[in-house]
Amino acid sequence: MQRLLAAFTLIALTAVSCSPPPPSGEKRQEIRLNIHTDPPSLDPRKPADTTSSTVIRLCFDGLMRRNEQGRQAFGVAKSVNISEDGLTYTFTLRESVWSDGTAVTAKDFEDTWKTILSPNFPSEFASELYILKNGKRAKENTLGMDAIGVKALGDYVLQVDLEYPIPYFLDMLMTHYFFPVPSHIANKDPKWAQNGGDLYVSNGPYHLAEWKHYNSMVLLKNPSYWDSQSVILEKIDLYMIEDEMTELSMYENGDLEWIGSPLSSIPVDALGSLSTEKDFNHYQIAGTYFYIFNTEALPFTNKHIRRAFALSIHRQEIVENILQGGQTVATSIVPPSMWEERNSYFADADISLAKKEFEIGLKQLGITADKLPAIKLSYNTNSGHHKIAQAIKEQWSMALGIRVELENMEWKVFLDSVSNHKFQIARMGGIASYNDPIAILKDYQYANSRMNQCQWSNKKFAELIDLADHTKNTEERMKVLSEAQSILMDEMPVAPIYFYTGSYMKKPYVKSIAISNLSEIDLKYTYLEQK
Amino acid sequence: MTKFLIKKLSYLLFSLFVVATLTFFLMHAIPGDPFTQDKAIPEEILQAMFKHYGLDQPLYIQYIDYIKGLLSFDLGPSFKYQGRTVNEIIAEGFPVSLCLGVEALVFSVIAGITLGSIASFKYLKWQDHLTMTIAVLGISIPSFILATFMQYLLAMKLDLFPVARWGTFSQTVLPALSLAALPMAFIARLTRSNMIEVFQQDYVQTAKSKGLNSFQIVTRHVIRNALLPVVTFLGPLAAAILTGSFAVEKIFGIPGLGQWFVLSITNRDYTVIMGTTIFYSAILMFCVFVVDILYCFIDPRIKFQEVRGSHD
Amino acid sequence: MTESTTLFTPLTAEERSLAKEQFNFKASSFWKEGFIQFRSNRLAFTGAILLAILFFMAIVAPFFTSYTYYETHLKLKNLPPSSQFWFGTDELGRDMFTRVWYGARISLFVGVMASIIDLVIGVFYGSISALLGGKREELMMRVADILYSIPYLLVVIMLMVIIGPGITTIIIALTITGWIGMARIVRSQILQLKQMDFIKAAVAMGASRRRILLKHLIPNCMGPIIITVTLTIPSAIFAEAFLSFLGLGVQAPIASWGTMANDGLSALRFYPWRLFFPAGFISITMLCFNLVGDGLRDAFDPRLKS
Repeated sequence: MQRLLAAFTLIALTAVSCSPPPPSGEKRQEIRLNIHTDPPSLDPRKPADTTSSTVIRLCFDGLMRRNEQGRQAFGVAKSVNISEDGLTYTFTLRESVWSDGTAVTAKDFEDTWKTILSPNFPSEFASELYILKNGKRAKENTLGMDAIGVKALGDYVLQVDLEYPIPYFLDMLMTHYFFPVPSHIANKDPKWAQNGGDLYVSNGPYHLAEWKHYNSMVLLKNPSYWDSQSVILEKIDLYMIEDEMTELSMYENGDLEWIGSPLSSIPVDALGSLSTEKDFNHYQIAGTYFYIFNTEALPFTNKHIRRAFALSIHRQEIVENILQGGQTVATSIVPPSMWEERNSYFADADISLAKKEFEIGLKQLGITADKLPAIKLSYNTNSGHHKIAQAIKEQWSMALGIRVELENMEWKVFLDSVSNHKFQIARMGGIASYNDPIAILKDYQYANSRMNQCQWSNKKFAELIDLADHTKNTEERMKVLSEAQSILMDEMPVAPIYFYTGSYMKKPYVKSIAISNLSEIDLKYTYLEQK
Repeated sequence: MTKFLIKKLSYLLFSLFVVATLTFFLMHAIPGDPFTQDKAIPEEILQAMFKHYGLDQPLYIQYIDYIKGLLSFDLGPSFKYQGRTVNEIIAEGFPVSLCLGVEALVFSVIAGITLGSIASFKYLKWQDHLTMTIAVLGISIPSFILATFMQYLLAMKLDLFPVARWGTFSQTVLPALSLAALPMAFIARLTRSNMIEVFQQDYVQTAKSKGLNSFQIVTRHVIRNALLPVVTFLGPLAAAILTGSFAVEKIFGIPGLGQWFVLSITNRDYTVIMGTTIFYSAILMFCVFVVDILYCFIDPRIKFQEVRGSHD
Repeated sequence: MTESTTLFTPLTAEERSLAKEQFNFKASSFWKEGFIQFRSNRLAFTGAILLAILFFMAIVAPFFTSYTYYETHLKLKNLPPSSQFWFGTDELGRDMFTRVWYGARISLFVGVMASIIDLVIGVFYGSISALLGGKREELMMRVADILYSIPYLLVVIMLMVIIGPGITTIIIALTITGWIGMARIVRSQILQLKQMDFIKAAVAMGASRRRILLKHLIPNCMGPIIITVTLTIPSAIFAEAFLSFLGLGVQAPIASWGTMANDGLSALRFYPWRLFFPAGFISITMLCFNLVGDGLRDAFDPRLKS
């Protein structure tokens, strides 16, 4: 009889402890977001786009990672020793494992980086690894893989040699470009990263449990993660809704916990009324929206004409009335979040100076205003570019009396025209890959590089860039870069317009979603507040 | 009969081949490549990508390689979605679009024929005007506006249906309705117009005088004859709807095949362009073939040989 | 003898003048009669008048507004309709009223031109192929199928690159495959008509193919032809909007009704007039075209003559 009672009590207790979901009011640690589109690839070695890198960052961990405060902190590495000349980094790795239990070793890093730099491997971002000694030469196949400056000195010691002593190398290690892949899986099966699940072995805060292509993804907390005690979320649902209005409707309907940057964007028409709601936030992004001038095409061969056009743009008007997202006017090409130096090289809408420059330019070219060739402003089809272009066209008309034609092209046709230099003024924009001014300035070093679509070159500028790469002292280096930017801003092959901001909305109980100023989102420390 | 079918099949295959060839050369003729993005990458990286996918070969070699793959039903890998093959993309997207399309078609055919019949019975009375106004709205409001509107009204405000995504039956209702509006309207108008004409014919008068009531007249005689243009219209329409609609799928976040037709072109994802084109073409020709056969059943006066001339 | 063997006795001169008085008999043609019937159809006539007003406004209204379609007033953006801006303003503060009528020009022109071209090509292609029959018909329809299958976007991008953007390019792009639907429908009707006695009779009487085509076959396809045309016009207008959405259409700041509807879509919840006016006008225009189409068919379709 007693045993029966005990058994009964045991069963009753068990039943109570395995009880149904917690009482209402307590939220599960589950979050739903929209990543807008299916990631082109989740193999950390291949893609360069934001969607892929976001998911990769959730599933993998690199030598370094941002901590809860958004600062640089150690990830798989637990300490680093930097040589005097700044060229050699020796990392000691902590003992951590992949999600299938295999140890994460220094060899994994070495193999991954070497694969990315091998001549035939289709990695979109391989050039980011050119900072490694002989990286570029290996990719161009002038040197073998063994010459690359990365070597595993033991299971948990990794030695890295750089081409030149940059101060932001640790920062770069936080991007997915330097994340490791499980060589024991990746070398065996080329399709390992295609469907998530068991084959997609990873070492990060979450694990990709399910991937329904172009539909949804489910990520679950990874118990094998070395820092799993910092991870509170149990489950992340990622949807792939392309339409912005639909996404907004879903958020308002309670189907999503977050919408907007950096994964997608809030429709511009909604910004006007949504920006006053309490769920709404925005942040500064280290990225610039600008127009480039083709310095080999008349009349933009002349720097004063370029300056005239750049100076007569009324950026404040555009930011306030068209963008409405709290963007800031750009009077330099490098965003202010990258350095605190003086970062303004001219006054916004300086019409009188613009007119003067215009006169000087015309005189130097030896023509009068009515003999100017027809000028076209090219951009790819996008309602934002559209509106800004129309507004600026009006501004140029009023300030300089010139009629500029708008050329709105299909995206790839536009990219093709620009890379073949078939344009006069073109719209550009981009976010830096890492948090250093040289990320932006470097593009303009050589006139014939693909990144320098304006085909501009300046001997002193090129020298300064090289010098910056070889200057160890941070202060001196900043001075060098500042001087470089001054030259660029004086010659104005590019006309900066505004600095990006990201706007998003999130439910108030979602805490600790970290977004860097490079617009990288991290959910490692995210949790839902119970209340 | 078998001889006819074999001949049909060989014509189909030949047409597909022509379509594939034309599309191949056309898509390589327009500017742009699969890898150039907003952020420019160095020349050697771009070349490495080209080399990996065989895009550095001369065009005719790429063409021959592609046709070889085609013969073994291998549509190749996607250039943008690395690691996925076109076969996989189509195999995943088509069932979804098919399901949505069938729902839309069934609804539009039933609703369209019904509306058109009502209108023709009550010719020039208020029922006629009402149904035809509904039909005109179906033609004059584009599917994406209708979809947005319904999503806003029925899903968000009235909470009758889910806002988006795919999986349950209720998630299929709004998109199916958006897709069905145009064909329903067109079918209604065609049905009405043809029925009115047919009503005037002698054989209908005869049937009436024989004492058949209206319903019997309609089902036995009128519908069949009025159906011809409806069926004609349905052929390519079915092919289009079954392979997915870009706008509706985008608005409701449905993982169908529709988005690929536009997406592959904007991405210059060559293999996906080829794959979706050939797939669509095959379905289209199949639907048209079915329609031609249907002609003979609907109107026995159209002799079998007349249709697509099988006499040599 | 006369009565039993004569089937047909013409009226005498007296009887003829009597008849003229009695019935007020005016000599009339097929077309003239049709017009009279059309005019008496009130709905159709209203539709026609509305269309005329729309066309008139499209041509004339832009000259009389106080704003241009491109001037922006950034501080006055997204305003609802008022006495200053009759249709409100768009996201750049431009007057919607002026833009709607400029857009009308584009949409109506593109819609009507594309439809007419599709109509002509489609009707002749379809009817000729059906008449020819046999292998030639097979070939013609095959060519149509192949043309239909080629991704239309590729063709459009190609045209854009070669000819450059603009209205002509859009119309060419729309008509390259737009006629195929009409051709198919006409073909199916003619396949059916071919079997009818009156056609067989005409052939037996020795009428030329051209005569049979123009006088007997095509008029009898009127019903479906007219309905298909009333479908082609809006689909041309929307196709143009879709192309513009991808960057292949009219260049900013000119906008058609379709592109304005596209832009206004995301503003549905916040500034509904930006969608309401362009989309509303598209619907009204379609309604009118349909009413007119119905009226035309009622008036001219020989199969409806009882």
